This record gives sequence, structure tokens and C-alpha cells, in this order.
Amino acid sequence: MNLDPKIPSGPLADKWTSYKGNAKLVNPANKRKYTVIVVGTGLAGGSAAATLAELGYNVLCFCFQDSPRRAHSIAAQGGINAAKNYQGDGDSVYRLFYDTIKGGDFRSREANVYRLAEVSRNIIDQCVAQGVPFAREYGGLLANRSFGGAQVSRTFYARGQTGQQLLLGAYQSLERQIAAGKVKMFPRTEMLDLVVKDGKASGIVVRDLVSGKIESHAAHAVVLASGGYGNVFYLSTNAKGSNVTATYRAFKRGAGFGNPCFTQIHPTCIPVSGDYQSKLTLMSESLRNDGRVWAPKSSGDKRSPEQIPEQERDYYLERKYPSYGNLAPRDIASRSAKEACDEGRGVGEHGLGVYLDFRDSIQRLGADTISQRYGNLFQMYERITGEDPYKVPMRIYPAVHYTMGGLWVDYNLESTVPGLFVIGEANFSDHGANRLGASALMQGLADGYFILPYTISNYLAGVSRDPVAASGEAFKEAETAVKDKTAKMLAINGKRTVDSFHKELGKIMWDKCGMARNRAGLTEALAKIPALREEFWQNVRVLGEGESLNQSLEKAGRVADFLEFGELMCADALTREESCGGHFREEYQTEGEAKRDDANFAHAAVWEYQGEGKAPKRHVEPLVYENIKLATRSYK
Amino acid sequence: MSWFKQFAQSSIGAKSAVALTGLAMVGFVVAHLSGNLLVFAGRDAINGYSEWLHSKGALLWVARIGLLAMVGLHIFFTIKLNLHNKDARPVAYVKKTYTKAKPTSRSMVLSGLVLLSYIVYHLAHLTFRVTNPEFAQLDVYTMLISSFRSPMVSLSYIVGMVLLGAHLSHGVTSLFQTLGLNHPKYNPIIRAIGPILGVVLALGFSSIPVSVLFGLVQ
Amino acid sequence: MKLKLHVWRQKNAKTQGKMVTYDAPNVSPHMSFLEMLDVVNEDLIAKGEEPIAFEHDCREGICGSCSLMINGVAHGPQKATTTCQLHMRTFKDGDEIYIEPWRAKAFPIIKDLVVDRSAFDRIIQAGGYVSVNAGGAQDANCLPVPKDTADQAMDAAQCIGCGACVAACKNASAMLFTSAKVSHLGLLPQGQPERQRRALNMVQQMDKEGFGNCTNQYECEAVCPKEISVRFIARMNRDYLNASICGSGPEKKAGGGED
Repeated sequence: MNLDPKIPSGPLADKWTSYKGNAKLVNPANKRKYTVIVVGTGLAGGSAAATLAELGYNVLCFCFQDSPRRAHSIAAQGGINAAKNYQGDGDSVYRLFYDTIKGGDFRSREANVYRLAEVSRNIIDQCVAQGVPFAREYGGLLANRSFGGAQVSRTFYARGQTGQQLLLGAYQSLERQIAAGKVKMFPRTEMLDLVVKDGKASGIVVRDLVSGKIESHAAHAVVLASGGYGNVFYLSTNAKGSNVTATYRAFKRGAGFGNPCFTQIHPTCIPVSGDYQSKLTLMSESLRNDGRVWAPKSSGDKRSPEQIPEQERDYYLERKYPSYGNLAPRDIASRSAKEACDEGRGVGEHGLGVYLDFRDSIQRLGADTISQRYGNLFQMYERITGEDPYKVPMRIYPAVHYTMGGLWVDYNLESTVPGLFVIGEANFSDHGANRLGASALMQGLADGYFILPYTISNYLAGVSRDPVAASGEAFKEAETAVKDKTAKMLAINGKRTVDSFHKELGKIMWDKCGMARNRAGLTEALAKIPALREEFWQNVRVLGEGESLNQSLEKAGRVADFLEFGELMCADALTREESCGGHFREEYQTEGEAKRDDANFAHAAVWEYQGEGKAPKRHVEPLVYENIKLATRSYK
Repeated sequence: MSWFKQFAQSSIGAKSAVALTGLAMVGFVVAHLSGNLLVFAGRDAINGYSEWLHSKGALLWVARIGLLAMVGLHIFFTIKLNLHNKDARPVAYVKKTYTKAKPTSRSMVLSGLVLLSYIVYHLAHLTFRVTNPEFAQLDVYTMLISSFRSPMVSLSYIVGMVLLGAHLSHGVTSLFQTLGLNHPKYNPIIRAIGPILGVVLALGFSSIPVSVLFGLVQ
Repeated sequence: MKLKLHVWRQKNAKTQGKMVTYDAPNVSPHMSFLEMLDVVNEDLIAKGEEPIAFEHDCREGICGSCSLMINGVAHGPQKATTTCQLHMRTFKDGDEIYIEPWRAKAFPIIKDLVVDRSAFDRIIQAGGYVSVNAGGAQDANCLPVPKDTADQAMDAAQCIGCGACVAACKNASAMLFTSAKVSHLGLLPQGQPERQRRALNMVQQMDKEGFGNCTNQYECEAVCPKEISVRFIARMNRDYLNASICGSGPEKKAGGGED
């Protein structure tokens, strides 16, 4: 497997400029001769599809939701980072770059991250031009807030609905191109396989979720923007439909999968309330600007929060990380919450929770100010828990939120399959072993608006302009495989529902491959998952038919892939014998802090599929740091 | 004029037409009431007003035709909008609960239709004097008094006027919204103006039959 | 708690649907409404009956996928709440609950409680955007926007496109949805160049999709999970009247030069 990152030469700050200056171009009259498939319509896919169409390419765009506007980027709350330095507080491209690398625990590629920080500024300009209603100061200029892992205020936001507003901006641009006839949109259509013809990504096989029809589409290049795989845990903050199928199928067709074990557990989510629970709800990290995290000092303290006096409260983030305090990065904040709960100091009915307390801020700023900043989040919290966070501190607990791992891509955002580009959360990208808050939106839009349009042109310029057709052996084989698999799932008619398998898998993953991992647990998971998968294919019950809307069938297909993918994650977690970022191996720690092993693991682990029933092969892309000195991450 | 056709056929265009014709009719109704109230000033006052109106000849007919056109357009566009509305939900809900709509607003079509039949009766009764040909000889004051002495006639007038009030209490406030006038500073006034006007008009008009029935005006 | 559900079941767009009654014997007050339906579905599958199809995705009240008329109210009895955020503590033991899909000609039923809301996308296609390509936008702070204008634009922009406004309206009108987008963009300086044609084209598309007309009863505002104000409808009316009467008239097709 060729893992050449294709980083342009030259000084870090000039790489992207020189890349753009030297990239091959497609002349405007020829652009319309190329067709590009974009799978997914979140921030990355939506912005990419719109931008490619604006440039003149023909775009075929797919999403499983009923409208591109529903992609899960819409749920991002807190904000988007950009190195604008509007606050004059010392921010710069370099600082954002450095914070991101450091936040990711030195497990990402310098050149990609620098480029991300560089284009972050254009994103804000572009979004404002589209009419995204970012928060503003009385003077009419843009407002900023702080986020975890940074000591500057560089986060732009639109109340607690930043993701929604940015996505609607991209969605509107996309709809404009649909109206112009440059994008053909396929909503309620799910990608079920990638077609690789003559060594190049040439198309996809999809299922029309309404008619059940299985069809193929061909293109000169395929872009996957299908998001992350957090739902392998069943309970996560992801949307119910979010899944690994598109990227996992690409993996099975030869795309290397980078760092699958890097998952982000978000520290501030609403705790689980019962086994019927279908998803977890995030409370934006921005709440940590004004909320203070604490747990009782003594274990087993069952008093209600207002009865616990100040001196018996442990504001553990402020105690352990005085310089960042409540704004410590997500992995650290999550692990600290878990520690407190493991020590029996957890709060709430099941003891799995800590307090996020606004008492002091409300006293200092007044309830009105707090409501202006977080009103909708407080309201959401009250809806779900029935408790009023203005009066009672919120109870929060970490939950799976984001996956830093994904399909491996080079500087061009191209996977190991030529012509297959992967953007947004779907790639393994820029966040290393831990993503900083408000950086996912930044990455999705950077990829879609400002990076992919250049790199894909560079690729297409070298590809024949002849029209493509979804025909030939490769398409036929892929289509048949999808049809067979669908028919097989419907034919089993066993005893257990799809959800019951998904829940069981999720529990294995959370217990063994969640916030803390160890060799024994991972080995156990690696034995349990194949057995569960076996049972799935013997005993799952999928009712209804293939030729109509069938939500059980959709779920079954996704869970079938999670049942394979979970194994890959555990294998990756087992072989990465260090702790870094969101990957915490209990064997590798010093005084409760992650112990990185730069000598042996300063690389991206990339997995190559070897065929049905064979263990995937692990490759590495060494991470070369030319500009940054590897250091132990300290937020103390 | 293609823009005008498009405008008139659009949902907002048709609604504006209903609003504007409605506004014109409100103007008429207010003028009508002020004329009617002259009955309390005595026989000569109202008869004089009537004679003055009739002396306008052609101008009166222009006004009458204009008013008729307003009624016609108001009804035409309402029917058009209504058919469209019915068409927009071909299968009804098994269970539907209203949370905000007021009875007055939900019964606009009903109150409108009853008002229409009332107007027909009213014109036949007092303007064209078809129902009571003997009125042709009488002056306005005598005609009013003798009509309203009949409890049935009075009652039908009062019912008509209550419905007018109900119709306008939604309609007048609503026309501001349709014409795009909605502002938090002035909304309390806009919200109040419909119901207030509705009540004032209903009371004003009904005061005459009531006064006649109770012998306050003879 | 124990509930009795009356649910609309319809095999596909072409067949007739009907209400079917189910018992939900084990409902926890902490469940969300959709989790309650999940449990009902698991039981149905166990019994070999096809589960109830309903739309959902983010389950945190922002994607706009979930719908459902619950006892005749779009998104159920709690104000400013989507169905996925509605919790069963709002109901009491023994309640009967009627669950129906959004009903409108412009939202044809696909299956059970799932409807096709693509009409909303087509309304956006007609003009719900600022025509600006990715690339050379000027610095974001070059154009100050008064805070209250930005706040108002945000009030409108919050729309999640769920369609509750249409479902609740007795005329199945899409005025609240359309006006939210017209107002969001029409309020901001970036939206001014296209303000008139946006209002004209979006309203025209809205009419074409077969939505009914607004009769100013504000049921839409009452059920809107984002509490979008009908003030924006008035604003759109104003923009539309202005564009129709004072605007430059229907556009002439540009001769060539595209691409």
C-alpha cells in the first residue's frame, strides 16, 4: 500500500500557495465534460458539491436523508474556529495550527493542519457572504467565544446552532446549483458499494430507499463525505442514521483506513437514563466557558447538589489543570469525569455523571446574560431531563461524539484508491488523536469549499474526458453483491431484531474500546465481535420487503458493517501500544495522564483489507515533524 | 401586464385583494353607521342625509357599483383562495386540535356567507324595497321605525351585525398582516383594532333596532 | 405507564391508509416519544408485524426529520419542542394517543408516518440563497451588521424545515417556512441584491407546489419547534408586494454568456 502523503516541498507556510500555483487545471469548457460523485451532504459534502458545480463540473450528489439539509453537521452547536485574530488576543495561523497539532496529541500531519489553519480565515468570509447570521457585537462586527484547548477567543458562532447555520449556508449553495442543473441530487439514496474499475474509483452502487431499487452511477471521480462512525457504539451523539457503510465499503474495495481507534468522547453530554435510550445528547462545549465542572469530594455522597457545601466540592478540572481549567481539551475532561465516577464520586441515579454548575456565573453575570448565551441549550437540557439548569446544576457524562479516524488520505485528500477523495469527518485527516472543539466545522468546510476543488481538478486534469457509463464487469459484480446481501438479510428471518444486535455490539465497544482500553479487554472484544456477527447472519429478523421503504433493512445493512468494522477498531486499539489523545491505554500512563510513545508510534496506522475472513494488514505512515517539536501535552 | 396576472394569481396577491376590498368595505360600513346614527338626531336629520345622498345621482351609482365590485372581488378571491385551501389538504386528519386559532378566525367563511345573505336581504328590504313594496312611499325614518318594530326583522338585523362584528374582529386585524404591517411596537394596537372595531360596529348598528324595539326612538 | 396508540398505517403512496390501534404497556416517563415508538416497533417485530415507519435522525431537535401529528397537534402538546425531544412525562398513564403523518397535498405520504417534504427543497431552489461562489469573498468584518438585525435574521434562520407549520395550518400553507428564509436573507445586507427576485420566485414556487394560503390564524407559530414568528410572514408579504408592484417586472432571459 502506497502511503506517500505527497506533501509539497518548501517552507510550511508556503506549501499550499505553491501547491495551488503548480496544480494542474481543467479549462472551463472541459469542466462540464467531467462528472463527480459526492456522497453525503454535510458541511464537507454539501460545500464540495456546491463548489464543484460552481466551477462547472457535473455533480451527482447523494444522501440517505430526505433532504441534504438534514445531514448531521446540522447538530453542531458551539462554533467554528478561525485564525482571524479579530479580538487582537494574539491569534495567528501558526497558533491555530500549533493548537490543533498539540490538541491532537501530535498524531496529525503538519502540512495538512497548517493548510487547515490557513484557509480557516476564508471560511468565515465565505459564510458571511452567504448570509450566515453569526453572532455580532453592538458595533456590528463579528463576536467570538473561547473553546477548549485554546487560550485565545477564535470561535465564531451563531447562538448554539452554528452547525445548523453553516450547513444551511452550504445547503443553500447546493440548492442553487441544483436549480442551475449542475448538481443532480439523489436524496433518500444510500451508497452501498464503491466501484473500482481499472484501479480507479469509477462509481458507486446505491439503493433508492423509497423504491428499493439498486442502481449504479458512474463518474470520473468519487468523493466520500459520509461522516464518522461513532454509531458503532450504538449510543453516541451522532444522528441515528450516521453509519460507516460508505467508508467501510471503500475500505473493502482497497482504500486504507487510518487510525480507526481514534474516537472522541465528548465530556459534556446528558447522562443515560435507561436501557430504552436511543441516543445521547451533547451539551455544547461552549458551556464550559461559564459552567464549572465538579464532583463531590467524598465518594458515595448522595446529597443533592445544593446541600453540598463549597469545601466539599471538587472542581477537579480547575484543580488538576489550573491554566486551562474548565477549558481543558475534550479527551482530558472526559477522562477526568470517568475517573471521578470510577472513584464512586459520580452523581445522578446511576452514579454516572458529574455536575456542570452555572451558579457562580449566574451570580456574576445574571440569569439574563446566561440565557442569552446558552438559552437554547438550557431549554434542551430541561426538555430531556425535566430539570431546570438555572436552579439545579446540569448533570453531564462523556459520550462518543466524533471519530478522528477515517479513510487515509494524502495531501490531495485522495485515498489509496486513485480517484477516491475523502473529506470531512470521513477521512482520518487533521485532528490526530483528539479533535479540538469547533474544529470539525472548520475542517468540513475547509475541505469542501477551499481544498478539494483544487486537488480534485489536479486529478481530473490527468483523466480522460470521455463520458463514463455504469457498465462493465466491475459495476455488474458490485451490483450483484449488493443485491445478494440485501436478499440474504431479508431471508434469514431469525429471532432477534437489528437493534438488539446493535446495542450488544455498542456495549462491547463502549466497555472494551471506549474511554479507557487495555489489552485484555480488547482481546476479549476481538473474540466477542465475530461471534456476534456470526449470530447476526443466522438470527437477525428483518421484516418487510426489499422493493419499498424498509427502515429495518436500512439499519440491518449498517449494523452488518458496524459488526465488521468494530473488529478493525479493536485491532487498531490493541496494536497502538501507547496512550495518546482520545486513545487511552490503561497500560500506558503516568499518574493518570496519557503516556505517549513517540519513538514507536509517531505514525498513522493504516489498515488494508485482505479479503473475507482474513485479518487486515497494518501499514504505517510516519509522521514527520519539521516545524514542531514533539512535546508532552500539558494543560496544567 | 403579465406581472399583474402573476401577482393576482399568486397567493399573496389574491390575499391582498381580499384585504384591500375588505378595507374598502370597512370604510363603507363605518360611513354607513355614521349615517344611520343620525336616526338618533331625529327624523329630519336622517331624511336630510338620505335626500343629500340621492341628490348625487350618477355619483351615488358610481359609489354603489364600486362597492358592489368590492363585494364581488372580495367574494371572488375568497372563493378562489378557499378552493385552493381545500385542495391543499385532500385527506383530513382523523384528529385535529387547534391551539391558537380563534373561533372568529375559523368561522370567517361561515360569517361571510351569512353576511352575504344578510346583505341581499338588507338591499331587498330597505334599498330596493322588494320585500316590502309599501316602503316606496315612505321616508327613511318612517321606514326604519316601522321595520324595526317587528321583532323578527330586528332580530335578524342584530344577528347580522353580531356576525359583521365577528367577521371584522379577525378581518381587520388580519388585513394588516396580509399587507405586511406587523411590528412589535404597534402590534398591540393592530391586535386590538379588529375586535374593537367589530364590537363598536356591532353595537352601533344594533343600537338602532334595540332602541326602536324598546320604544326609545319612535 | 400504559398507553393506547392509534397509528396511521399506509403501505405506500398508492394504497389507502387507516388507523390501527396498538397497546404500549411499558412506557417510562423518561423516554422520548420516538423511543416509545422504538419500543413499540421492537414488540411488533417480535410478533412478526412490520414496524411503524417514521422519520427521525438527529433526535436532538435540530435536523427537522421527525414529524408526527400527536393528538391533532404537530410535534405534540409541548410548546417549542420537536417530537424527538418530547418526553413521555408529558402524558399520563392510560392516555390514548392519536399519531398521524403530516397531511398536505404538497407532502405526499410515502409510507405510514413518512411523508415527502421535497417541496421545501424546491422552494429553496427557487431563490433561498445568496448567489455567491466559493472563492473571493471580502473580509467578513468589512460589512458591519447591526446586532439586532443579525439577531432577527438568526430568529428566522433557525427554521429546521420540519414542516410542522404546514401540518398545523388548516390550509396546509407553507408561508411560515418560506417567509423564514425570505426574511433571514432579506434582513441581512448580503441578501439585498436578490431580495426582490427571491421573494417573487420563492412565493411563486410555494404556490406551484400546492400549498394552501395563509389565513392569519397563526397555528403555525404555535406549533413551530423554533417558535418562528409570524412577523416574518408579514415581512414576506411586504417584500412580495413591493417586488410585484414596484419591482422591475418579470426577468428577461440573458442571452448567452452562461458557464
